Amino acid sequence: MEDTKPEETNVEEQKDEENKVCPEKLEEAKLKAKYPHLGNKPGGSDLLRKRLQKGPKYFDSGDYNMAKAKIKNKQLPAAQTEKTEITGDHIPTPQDLPQRKPSLVASKLAG
Amino acid sequence: MAGAGGGGNDVQWCFSQVKGAIDDDVAEADIISTVEFNHSGELLATGDKGGRVVIFQQETENKSQPQCRSEYNVYSTFQSHEPEFDYLKSLEIEEKINKIRWLPQKNAAQFLLSTNDKTIKLWKISERDKRPEGYNLKEEDGRYRDAATITTLRVPVFRPMDLMVEASPRRVFANAHTYHINSISVNSDNETYLSADDLRVNLWHLEITDRSFNIVDIKPANMEELTEVITAAEFHPHQCNTFVYSSSKGTIRLCDMRASALCDKHSKLFEEPEDPSNRSFFSEIISSISDVKFSHNGRYMMTRDYLSVKIWDLNMENRPVETYQVHEYLRSKLCSLYENDCIFDKFECCWNGNDSVVMTGSYNNFFRMLDRSQRRDVTLEASRESCKPRQVLKPRRVCAGGKRKKDEISVDSLDFNKKILHTAWHPQENIIAVATTNNLYIFQEKVN
Repeated sequence: MEDTKPEETNVEEQKDEENKVCPEKLEEAKLKAKYPHLGNKPGGSDLLRKRLQKGPKYFDSGDYNMAKAKIKNKQLPAAQTEKTEITGDHIPTPQDLPQRKPSLVASKLAG
Repeated sequence: MAGAGGGGNDVQWCFSQVKGAIDDDVAEADIISTVEFNHSGELLATGDKGGRVVIFQQETENKSQPQCRSEYNVYSTFQSHEPEFDYLKSLEIEEKINKIRWLPQKNAAQFLLSTNDKTIKLWKISERDKRPEGYNLKEEDGRYRDAATITTLRVPVFRPMDLMVEASPRRVFANAHTYHINSISVNSDNETYLSADDLRVNLWHLEITDRSFNIVDIKPANMEELTEVITAAEFHPHQCNTFVYSSSKGTIRLCDMRASALCDKHSKLFEEPEDPSNRSFFSEIISSISDVKFSHNGRYMMTRDYLSVKIWDLNMENRPVETYQVHEYLRSKLCSLYENDCIFDKFECCWNGNDSVVMTGSYNNFFRMLDRSQRRDVTLEASRESCKPRQVLKPRRVCAGGKRKKDEISVDSLDFNKKILHTAWHPQENIIAVATTNNLYIFQEKVN
């Protein structure tokens, strides 16, 4: 964005001008106000790793059965601390997983 | 060649057809995910989230009535991909068709490549207009005749039948991508093609499904060091050794396969320097390139990022030669667009046949025509309200702030659920296909 800096020395007007010049920064301030814990590197690894793992839920039968048995002490040997995997706390159950069936219905574009 | 020149403001666009259901309740499977004309423009393919492909064929023009424009009618439809489950990784594999690319026609049949996140398939679409009749051992319905009843011998003959269009999968190219495939591109050599996922680009031979060469690998040894991903890739239209891939950081790398087997080192790096004083939280996200397309003449390439379209001269790496704002008024809405995830929408872009006009989609079912030669642009809308035959599309205007003029729509009234992500332009004529969420609109140049 090419914008010439305003020449007014009036501070308030200059702030307005700056806001007009950088609407992105204004938007950034709004976002930080709403989510103060937001990191400073939006394009960094967290966002990308989340993107690389788009969608589907993990189902681990071990976790599932443990949760069913309500074992409080999770003394599971941590063989690999998979720091790269982002798993939620919620353990999905078969009811949570959506039905995966191929479309037997023809596309409406062909109708 | 009809109407190959222009396409911007001197061309008036008229409604021609709309395909798909009218009701607002859209099933997820019906969401259109890709649109592509074949090389002659006679066929138009769409892919959807349900893994289905629908192909439309242009009717042969009625020469005695030139003002009666040819329409696209359903030619073939088939289920290309089905939902799968990767048991090893406990991951669902969506059947959504990410891209369709046609092969140039070599014989009577048509071939296309369609891909979902993990598997590419080569489909053959062929016509059958005659069938053998008069078998000796079988009845017409296929049942075998009792051998005792056969007393004479006859020669089966081919008789004409109603045209049947059959689609059959000829090759399945699987298990070569750990991450999600975002692009496929057929090489000008007509023998190979590339497929790209978030971190790798692979080269395939169309005849060979059990082997693929990795030509780009940007996966870091430690995934925590990951800073960018591949967002799109395409082969050069004429130079079979050249391809480009774009990144989430707004860069494009051009690679030459003659230089080395692994093209991790680019031949050219296209990047526009950023003004550091303008940098914000959103800068990198909105600079992510969602689509890259070479011009037909092979001299330029176009990139689409969240707010703009840029035209690059392949001979100049340090900045684009042209930049067009698609919807600059959204810059002051980035906070809400980040919250509703719209900032991650991936818009595509396309060139017209003679590279003079480019087109891309926006929100509220708006799409933009950017005329390079005339330096003018227009915003049009794909809407059921402008569906009378040959109705001319009226330009739309968005009011960014301040006083809203008559006929303008204010930014806050835009419907961000109505996105036009996929558009296609006929290779020779001024006919465009515009996909809304679940409808396909076909617009044509107004013919007097």
